[in-house]
Amino acid sequence: MTLEVRLRHAFGGFALDVAFTAPAGITVLFGRSGSGKTTIVNAVAGLLRPDAGRIALGDAVLTDTASRRFLPAHRRRIGYIFQEGRLFPHLSVRQNLRYGAWFAPKGTRGEDMARVVDLLGIGHLLDRRPGALSGGEKQRVAIGRALLSAPRLILADEPLAALDAARKSEILPYFERLRDEIAVPILYVSHSAAEVARLATTVVALEGGRVTAQGSAVEVLGDPGILPTGVREAGAVLTARVLRHHDDGVTELEAGGLSLFVPRLTRTLGSRLRIRIAAQDVILSRARPEGLSALNILAGTIAEIRAGEGQGMLVAIDTPAGRLLARITRRSSDRLALAPGVAVHAILKTVAVAPADIGAGPDP
Amino acid sequence: MTDWLSPAEWQAVALSLRVSFWATLVSLPPGILVAYALARWSFPGRQLLNGLVHLPLILPPVVTGYLLLVTFGRQGLVGQFLDEWFGIVFAFRWTGAALAAGVMAFPLMVRAIRLAIEAVDPRLEQAAGTLGASRGWVFLTVTLPLCLPGIVAGSILAFAKAMGEFGATITFVANIPGQTQTLPSAIYTFLQVPGGQQDAARLVGVAIAVAMTALLLSEWVGRSVARRISGA
Repeated sequence: MTLEVRLRHAFGGFALDVAFTAPAGITVLFGRSGSGKTTIVNAVAGLLRPDAGRIALGDAVLTDTASRRFLPAHRRRIGYIFQEGRLFPHLSVRQNLRYGAWFAPKGTRGEDMARVVDLLGIGHLLDRRPGALSGGEKQRVAIGRALLSAPRLILADEPLAALDAARKSEILPYFERLRDEIAVPILYVSHSAAEVARLATTVVALEGGRVTAQGSAVEVLGDPGILPTGVREAGAVLTARVLRHHDDGVTELEAGGLSLFVPRLTRTLGSRLRIRIAAQDVILSRARPEGLSALNILAGTIAEIRAGEGQGMLVAIDTPAGRLLARITRRSSDRLALAPGVAVHAILKTVAVAPADIGAGPDP
Repeated sequence: MTDWLSPAEWQAVALSLRVSFWATLVSLPPGILVAYALARWSFPGRQLLNGLVHLPLILPPVVTGYLLLVTFGRQGLVGQFLDEWFGIVFAFRWTGAALAAGVMAFPLMVRAIRLAIEAVDPRLEQAAGTLGASRGWVFLTVTLPLCLPGIVAGSILAFAKAMGEFGATITFVANIPGQTQTLPSAIYTFLQVPGGQQDAARLVGVAIAVAMTALLLSEWVGRSVARRISGA
């Protein structure tokens, strides 16, 4: 099932004009706050009537201003995971989870309750009230509530934005499992490059109410010309496989035939990973460096150089392991005489790879 | 126990309780509807409805009683119609006293329920909508339970107000012992007779006791309902 969205909507001096398709898996709407992400999601959910446009889910037309069709929100069968959870405070967790299933049309089979409860690890919370849950627990219940309403599409509007880093890393794996185990497409709003890198099957980059790029996480995050959330967040995504756990606390990965060393991971050998390499953690060298403490030195050629904001430059390097981005100063760029086609070595400290930037993933 | 109040006095107390009970119960559904409309809908005439509901609070009760008399009395337009078609008579009956008490208490009830509905987070109602609940179901499963403390408070407030209603009642249905002589009317009657203060004092005591009980009950019910729905 594919979601097709074409929208035009103007409000308060802001004009939204977008068109994109969201295939199976997680499609991330990626952009700064104010780029129109939530407006799009609300239009898909039926909480907003756009000025013009068409929204269709497979054969089902949800909104079509040309034929004056507008399916009311409660008949769209879309599971909406809100940023603030929005659990019903007067119902128990179990009743919250069952709420949607009760209204689902007869004969539609949603997810199995026991399976969802198990997937989200909320079995011990069923008899509690939302008021007695932590932020992370609330958000997990909210995910479960949306899943159990037998949805044809799941919307998630920055579901992690209200949580601290520890809670985020608690929930992210659940979304990875949803992406890989649930057939329903997911439209996910985020302004975090790390979330995009870990979750996105497809990325739709938004700036000022327009789509600036659409493609896989590797394509979009590896393009130095597309930085919807600014140069500080820049970083490319590599796909790798767990090769070996070394006794000295380092895990060796394999990417495109090269070895990559990262801090010790608790993942099984052979499992596929996506790793986000922040552009500001990559050092460039013309000659192959000797006697460095950094364990990862990847040879490659410069594909593109972009002037970033202020004094910074963003360099895209193609290596056998995949595309990398490096953020360097203009002075360094001039001194090394960097230009497209020039051979360089990209250096990456092992400890620079944050555990939060490593996620499970078949193919980004 | 029974010789503490005379049979006539018991009658007045029992009548007042009956009048107030029915006045509260019957005004509850329209009260919730009007409160919801004022809190959540925007429609032409919203301010007019708001003013109309609050009118009995501001008008002299005698004026409200007069208006009820000319509308719902035997010669009144609505009164005649109800009598002919349904056999419902308000004039000089306890039902009339209940109508007067209900009208006088209505603004207080609507006010309390409206505040409670306005305090319900509309984003929760939106969430219920995305989960497949139609407007009616959203109201029944989310809005109504969440504003229950306000409904309880509004009902008890209305009951207490109905117990004390005097002006509109005596104007509309007079002061007939056993028919329309409520607690305040009975106290008033005692005070018209020289030396009646002693008798009046006992009824005043009853009135205070009923009011205090209502107040404590509303506190207790309100607190326990609030605890139940706050989700802790």
